[in-house]
Amino acid sequence: MNLSNRILNKKLTECAYKCLVTFSTKPIQQAPAAAAAATTSPGGSQTQQDAAVSNNTSPARKPLVPPHYRFVYPEFLPDPKIEWRNNIREKLERLDMLDRRRQIDLPEFYVGSILAVTSSDPHAAGKVSRFVGICIHREKCGLRARFILRNVIDHQGVEVVYELYDPTIQKVEVLRLEKRLDDSLFYLRDALPEYSTFDENMDAEHLEEGTPVPVNDIKVVLRPRPWLERWERQNLLGVANIDQYIKEKHRKSALKVQKPWEKFDLMKQYRSTIPEEEQKEIFAEVHTELHTLELQRKRNKRKRTFIKPKQLA
Amino acid sequence: MAQMLLRNFSARRACGLLLSSQKQQQETCGLHTTPACCEIRKLARLRVVDNSDLGKRAMAEGRPPRCIHVYNKRGVGYIGDKVLVAIKGEKKKGILVGLKQNQRPKQPKFDSNNLVLIDDNGTPLGTRIHVPIPTILRTILKEKTLAKGADYTKVLAIASRYV
Repeated sequence: MNLSNRILNKKLTECAYKCLVTFSTKPIQQAPAAAAAATTSPGGSQTQQDAAVSNNTSPARKPLVPPHYRFVYPEFLPDPKIEWRNNIREKLERLDMLDRRRQIDLPEFYVGSILAVTSSDPHAAGKVSRFVGICIHREKCGLRARFILRNVIDHQGVEVVYELYDPTIQKVEVLRLEKRLDDSLFYLRDALPEYSTFDENMDAEHLEEGTPVPVNDIKVVLRPRPWLERWERQNLLGVANIDQYIKEKHRKSALKVQKPWEKFDLMKQYRSTIPEEEQKEIFAEVHTELHTLELQRKRNKRKRTFIKPKQLA
Repeated sequence: MAQMLLRNFSARRACGLLLSSQKQQQETCGLHTTPACCEIRKLARLRVVDNSDLGKRAMAEGRPPRCIHVYNKRGVGYIGDKVLVAIKGEKKKGILVGLKQNQRPKQPKFDSNNLVLIDDNGTPLGTRIHVPIPTILRTILKEKTLAKGADYTKVLAIASRYV
């Protein structure tokens, strides 16, 4: 009895200590607010607390983060895999990413956009190489963010992986800003070559400011089997003639591996995404910097358009 | 040796045909349907991309060369490695100038495994390469060329385009 009492006492003191600590960490915020609340409404402690909270939040200005930031800057969101999370590392990486973005203009692009990447290459003749291609995949996050460009040059399909925050990249231009119907376009490897052929000297297409990013609903035509992957199992929207080449057995096995219940699996969705509150926190941290960089880019663009005269020949 | 290998292939292919016809009768055969290995090992089929007469004929006939040896210690051919191929019943050497495998960032990955035929001195059999080749080959081939040996940099001279 005595022993249990002592343990209880100990626990209570611990709790009290914890409470003290938590209160003592933010005395500056709460003390004046509480005092103000006390003068206006001398009531129960519960109401005081509420008033304190409301007083605290209303004058503090919260940065308004545009909702499209999670699509424009997907690499700022960390990997949701819980074993890989590390708040300090993520924060440091974000700082490094902003540092890099201050040096180089990394524009908004999506899977399906056509990009031109200029990078320094010690092996090339002019120490610089430029590659134009369609972005078929974007993956990873933080400083490890990378994307794959694909093009067909001299009837030969070529793919290059670029890391977005690679310091050897000199320039990233978006020649055509658009999206496709699918999240990744690996099926272009099995499509006819004209669907991934892009002119190396193509000019950047201008898109009016403020217009939503257009979705290109082109349906590509696949070559006959054998394919690199089982496209019939992946519910692709951007492929026209998948049914032409698959047999009944392929259709059956594709049906067998379908998981139509996964879209109702809330826990799976929760585990594979960053919750909205956390996203807001992350983007609130980097929002002002990104916004100023955007404004700077717009200003530079306007300047450039004024300076560059059109050649008439 | 190449002749023997080729004969072996044809024999095996005939066997395979027989087997497959038998297996088609059973609906659920235990064949695996994963894609072929993209690595350049022994017996990997390659694509000749220069305009040498031998290479052009082999590709036109639909009998692409097979790698029968990789001249390195790993047994797997990477970019710039020298391989021995069996092409139209002959043994020829060649240099890998483009691979299907995943490459490092900024190194191009191609849709086919490309090969340029060379002779023992490193002189290419053709006079033109009609696909782009990676720029890193300049450095790799220069490093592989020793003072008293085959000069592989001659392959670079017949390239039409770099990626």
